Amino acid sequence: MSGHSSPMVNRRGFLAAGAAGAAVLGLGGRARPLHAAEPLKVGLLLPLSGSLAREGQSCKRGADVTPALLADMGMPVQLMIADTETNIDTARTRAEKLIADGAQVLVGAFDSAHTLAVAQVCEQRGVPLVINIAAAPNITEQGFKTVFRNFPTAPKLVTEGLALMKDVFKTTGTTPTKAVFLHNNDTFGTAMAGAVNKLFPTLDMPFPLVETIAYDGAARDLAVEVGKAKATGADLVLLVPHGDDCIRVIREMVKQRFEPKAVISPGSPGMYEAQFYKTLGKYSDYCMTNLPWINPKTAMSQALLKAFTKAYPDALFEMNIGYTFEAILIAADAAKRAGSTDPKAVLAALPVTSIAEHVMIGGPIVFDAKGQNTNTRSATIQNFGGKPLVVLPSEVAEAKPVFPAPGWQQRG
Amino acid sequence: MTIDLANQIVTGLLTGLVYSLMALGLSVIFGVVRVVNFAHGEMTALAMYAAWALFTWAELDPLLGLPLIALLLFVLGYVMQRGLIDAFVAKPEHMQFILLVAVAIIMVNGSLLVFGPDAHGIQVPYGFDTYEVGPLLVDKVRLLAATAALCISGLLMLFFRRTMTGKAIRACADNLVGARVIGLNVKRLYAVTFGIGAACVGAAGALLSMLIDVMPSSGPELTMLAFIIVIVGGLGSMGGALLGGILIGVSEVLAGYFLMPSMKGMFSFAILILILILRPQGLMGARK
Repeated sequence: MSGHSSPMVNRRGFLAAGAAGAAVLGLGGRARPLHAAEPLKVGLLLPLSGSLAREGQSCKRGADVTPALLADMGMPVQLMIADTETNIDTARTRAEKLIADGAQVLVGAFDSAHTLAVAQVCEQRGVPLVINIAAAPNITEQGFKTVFRNFPTAPKLVTEGLALMKDVFKTTGTTPTKAVFLHNNDTFGTAMAGAVNKLFPTLDMPFPLVETIAYDGAARDLAVEVGKAKATGADLVLLVPHGDDCIRVIREMVKQRFEPKAVISPGSPGMYEAQFYKTLGKYSDYCMTNLPWINPKTAMSQALLKAFTKAYPDALFEMNIGYTFEAILIAADAAKRAGSTDPKAVLAALPVTSIAEHVMIGGPIVFDAKGQNTNTRSATIQNFGGKPLVVLPSEVAEAKPVFPAPGWQQRG
Repeated sequence: MTIDLANQIVTGLLTGLVYSLMALGLSVIFGVVRVVNFAHGEMTALAMYAAWALFTWAELDPLLGLPLIALLLFVLGYVMQRGLIDAFVAKPEHMQFILLVAVAIIMVNGSLLVFGPDAHGIQVPYGFDTYEVGPLLVDKVRLLAATAALCISGLLMLFFRRTMTGKAIRACADNLVGARVIGLNVKRLYAVTFGIGAACVGAAGALLSMLIDVMPSSGPELTMLAFIIVIVGGLGSMGGALLGGILIGVSEVLAGYFLMPSMKGMFSFAILILILILRPQGLMGARK
């Protein structure tokens, strides 16, 4: 994301932005600042090893640069990082241990199934959980009082993702004739598939969905899945991967000479990640993902970008980083407003969160009665030259969408 | 649909041949030493890591690095047999099981420590190439890997049938007491056999590294795959390992194509259960 056109801001600018945000919130002189020696202990749960390790490590990189930025805003935090090992049981036991070790707020856990397990622990122990990334709708549909999610649900991801597709077709003047839907069959992928199959008929999409193909993300290869998709004759591939399975899908598409007009994800990780670009090279270009993304034009996102680039010059600045930063920001903001790091006080402050100045595209961060931020908003990002650029909505776009994509063999 | 299906069957056949080579190593070791190598998949993953390292740091194509990796694994297998497993050959099977599971766990965690949790894949320059054979599209990497696997399997069979060492190893497998009576050095032959089995694993790992990514958790999955293949084909039967690999490769493709792709792994286990019920000795195993 180094191609952002907005000027970078330094940490002082970031502080000013934070102060401005606080002023907007009416916090100015009334908020009781936390004692410098009393940072909020944030237990961060991420899949740092196992099949989701790449995404978990990406989230961790975002978390690593966060405490210094929040300290500048008068919101000291102390991170306690735990590895869920991409395993539900481990996620649950690590959540228990973090709380036992003194974590006052938990943040995590990237995967929906892991997050649900952690949410149950938090509910039992009365410790707030701020979700960085997890889309399964049932997480905020179970009446949990301690769970707050700053990430869209799968139905919202899909609704916005499909609506953005129509915008792409409208902008480029080309519409596909039929689509095939490939999705990972894990918790996230299944939730997304459920949402796509339920919402697709209601959204007046300009193409039919001819087949839905679920695949095992841990499968050694995905040749048969891609072969089956090719056999449908679809000229658009809707893809919901979850990890590096998208690399195997695209690799097989090239090998089997399956040339749809585009590969578009209605909202899932994979096709904007560093490994995707590194492994596939020119074949990674033109893939589109419709998902919540970092607003390249806010002061706070530029400050985060600057701190991130300094700490990790070779890593990609992407959604995982932004949402992990924001989740910790939400927890720290609640503690600051509560004037206490006590979990009960933080829990009482979280429902009235209202953060206007933040890093992701969308409105102010606020939570509804279920603990869901309803102001998230998706964007269309498209890969160009090994990096993702925002192409829609036009007010924050960095490039124009390219559709149909050039054929595999027509790329330089 | 017929062409698409034919393409998938060819893919399954070629992939199955590489699986066969890996399983062949397990079959050879069990057929002679009578020890079930529960670290087989983990050794395959080690070979894949070696191929990845050679490709990444020395820019050596896995096909060219294959002899070196096979040699390294031969040495590893030989040393493991002489230094570790030999003391357990005459011990109860559960002790052998615990020993080799321990070796597998050490290998998985060692690779996690050294290579980290991320998947490592090899993208050779011809990795996206395909051959057009009439209406069929044949993946170049799979074709090369399968051809190499078939050649190595053929050479191995020739070795056991035509060389003195091969015949001596077979003698140990057929009649251990007789082999000792005629003065064969059984311990050394066991070590050579384990080394050969490990070399097969090394070669298969080098070839598999071009087809699938490797990560620490790949080891147990590959062990399970090798077990399914040799049990289906017949434990201890070299021909059975070849047949089993092809059968599993093709059946996964057919299950994925006609049923649900996410069921293809389950289908292998279904075949395994079916074989255990109908023909417990495997398709080409000898009835005892």
